[in-house]
Amino acid sequence: MQIEEIVARCREMVEEPSFVVVEQWKTAHPGAKAVGCFPVYSPVELIHAAGMLPAGVIGGSNQIEIAYADSRFQSFVCSIVKSTMELSLTGRLKAFDGMVFHSICDPGRNLAAVFKRNYPDLAVEYIHLPQNMASPATLEYLAGEYARVKSSYERLAGRTVRDEDIHQSISLYNRVRALMRRLYSIRSETPHLLSTAECYALVKAGTRLPPEEHELILQDAIAAILRRSSRPKDRIKVIVQGAFCEQPPIELIAAIEEAGCYILDDDFLLGWRWFLEDVPDTGDPFVALAQSYMNRSTYSSVKHDLRHSKTAHLIEKVRQLNADAVICLSAKFCEPALFDYPLFRLALEKAEIPHLALEFEEKMWIFDAIQTEVETFVESMLFD
Amino acid sequence: MVEKQSYQGRIHLLQKEFIAQYFKQLDRVARGEDETKTAAIMISGNVVELLRAFDVIPLYPEINALQLAVKKVVLPYILKAEEMGYSVDNCAYVKADIGLLFSGNETPLGKIPIPSLILCNYVGCNVYLNWFEHLAEYTGAPIYNLDLPFVRDPWNGLRRDDVKYVVAQLKELIALLEKITGKKYDEDRLKGILALAAETEEHWSQIKHMTKHKPAPYDAFFDAVMMMAPLYCLRGTMEGLTFFQEAYKEMDERVRLGIGALPEERFRFVIEGPTPWPHLRTFRDLFTKWGAVAVASTYSTVGGMWEFGFRHDPARPLESIAEHMLIHNYTNRNLLQRREQMQRYVQDWSADALILHSVKSCRVFSAGQGDLRELFARELDVPTLLIESDIEDPRYFAEAQLRNRIDAFFESLEHKKLVRTS
Ligand code: SF4
Ligand code: SF4
Repeated sequence: MQIEEIVARCREMVEEPSFVVVEQWKTAHPGAKAVGCFPVYSPVELIHAAGMLPAGVIGGSNQIEIAYADSRFQSFVCSIVKSTMELSLTGRLKAFDGMVFHSICDPGRNLAAVFKRNYPDLAVEYIHLPQNMASPATLEYLAGEYARVKSSYERLAGRTVRDEDIHQSISLYNRVRALMRRLYSIRSETPHLLSTAECYALVKAGTRLPPEEHELILQDAIAAILRRSSRPKDRIKVIVQGAFCEQPPIELIAAIEEAGCYILDDDFLLGWRWFLEDVPDTGDPFVALAQSYMNRSTYSSVKHDLRHSKTAHLIEKVRQLNADAVICLSAKFCEPALFDYPLFRLALEKAEIPHLALEFEEKMWIFDAIQTEVETFVESMLFD
Repeated sequence: MVEKQSYQGRIHLLQKEFIAQYFKQLDRVARGEDETKTAAIMISGNVVELLRAFDVIPLYPEINALQLAVKKVVLPYILKAEEMGYSVDNCAYVKADIGLLFSGNETPLGKIPIPSLILCNYVGCNVYLNWFEHLAEYTGAPIYNLDLPFVRDPWNGLRRDDVKYVVAQLKELIALLEKITGKKYDEDRLKGILALAAETEEHWSQIKHMTKHKPAPYDAFFDAVMMMAPLYCLRGTMEGLTFFQEAYKEMDERVRLGIGALPEERFRFVIEGPTPWPHLRTFRDLFTKWGAVAVASTYSTVGGMWEFGFRHDPARPLESIAEHMLIHNYTNRNLLQRREQMQRYVQDWSADALILHSVKSCRVFSAGQGDLRELFARELDVPTLLIESDIEDPRYFAEAQLRNRIDAFFESLEHKKLVRTS
């Protein structure tokens, strides 16, 4: 299959706001349950190992109108919190038997309780991911937290989950994540072969499909990309940073590229690609997942790891990929992203790396202004 | 309409005196005239008792920020931070504090020192993680993130695993404090401090229950927040205990004499959400005018929920400090528990209404308050009003609009009362 065709199919699936593929999966697996995962990172292996489908519930993009959720969350709360609420208030999350939220930020956390109150029959989980990475006590805590969550999923699935089940899920997700890392490295090394809008759609398909299917799609896609013969264009190379939770519309990603950028790396859908290396699929699986969270995961605005600062990570990434600039693309009202910006800005200025700060909202559908802004930035760099 | 007048008792004077003294000491430290070590911590459920056991003074960036707002000098600091790239949409407490840091740390009350330790006990507020990370990055001071799991499944109650985790971190913190201060940890000393704290908490708890009386002897929002600073900054000291003994005496006498917070108490309300520090007086007058008195407030429980029974326990020093931080303070509790608390206030403190004060800066409080309004107004049939302003940023206070909403709300309450009595 041609890459364009694979991407088009993925894109159609992920832009559809009612989770039809999740419904279809449930029809094909009578009695099996689905759990919606709010960003950023979720230990999906624990859901999968219980025979359930973990699927990303990542807001409504620009595919839905917010009509009801505004009365629950104020104007100054980011869009994804409201659109996720809207999805449920308009019955679009019917396919889900459970939802899981994480300690990423205050609105995201409070959303968990609002779900719990409004949908008493939904199995709502909240995982407290640790913020003290330096303590020797953290590993035991997090492994315990995962074991607790596993028990809760066992109740939801109505079956016991053995360590071997989790090992299998870990190794499957390892393969999928490795393929996504491969996709990302193809793009950073040969960005003319794979656009970020395409890459994004391919990754996002995995937030709705079972990993078994996503693995096949990624394999086909990678083979098809490598058959491509596009030529490099005269574009600047950038890293996009800041859209790890609420997601920009695909059109916005495309607009940034069309404005003259090759995006070498980004933090879109970060939680689904969370690990920099494989999670061990032997031994105590909770310890393996916890240790990996602490020591094998990417830096992130929602993980406050004092052992190595986010700014240092960002600068290292720019150097390593040989990028020309950074685009700080934050979701409007996103507290973690907006708070990181002044630190990034300071570090980038010190390192003499040009950057552009942009804000987006998932629900936007006009991109001219942003495209012009990026074009101006690109021109200033090309003719500098 | 009730004339503008409100309670201005002895404790307000005491509170002012105390704050002045506290800042004076910080000023001496900042100017190198006093060698005492300081630690920046968050107000909500914290480890102030443990710091005291090492003679470390707590330094509250939130109090620095709010003082600037109360003194009406905060805007230039906020703007300074915004120039540095802080968003107009981020918590203005942080911006005020960072703006202050980059302006030489001089406040109207004195200079603020660079903390000897940045101790992020981010009880329920994720913004704190950013704030302290930034402070550490700008000042180079050592930082410790004390991780406090938020209350989650089963959506209430204490998890022993969490206590164990926090106690393990407290032990690391003790080692760190030993290093910073050069003092040895003395558990007996900590126990003595906790005993003083517990007695202070007992007084405070009784004071909080006094607003069940009609009329309420003081306003459980506007006056209670004035007692919060002594509670946080002095808990575990003899001075702190004395302050609350005095406060207790004064309130008790007012109850006995039937003196209310206002000359006439016409409405009793419960209020959820923080105070609008830059416009506190004006905000208060909007309620006073209607003879409306807060009989309970959730904001006054951010540091601890003592009116529901919790006391620090000298027999289990570290465990009880951990438990306090984990579940016995408002901000580390989820919205379902917060709703229970409000419901209990409305019933047990015999309130006529619930006011939800939604502040833009603080999504810890505000994100989801609309859902609380749905619940209280529609399902529980409690007259509920949601109004918006800010805790720190003077730009988000639309007085005329607030007045209209509050007037309309109390007018309709009054009407309902009339219908009921006729
Ligand atoms: S977009 Fe930002 S503020 Fe909103 S839920 Fe996600 S992390 Fe939190
Ligand atoms: S978000 Fe709220 S609790 Fe957190 S620092 Fe700001 S005002 Fe304080």
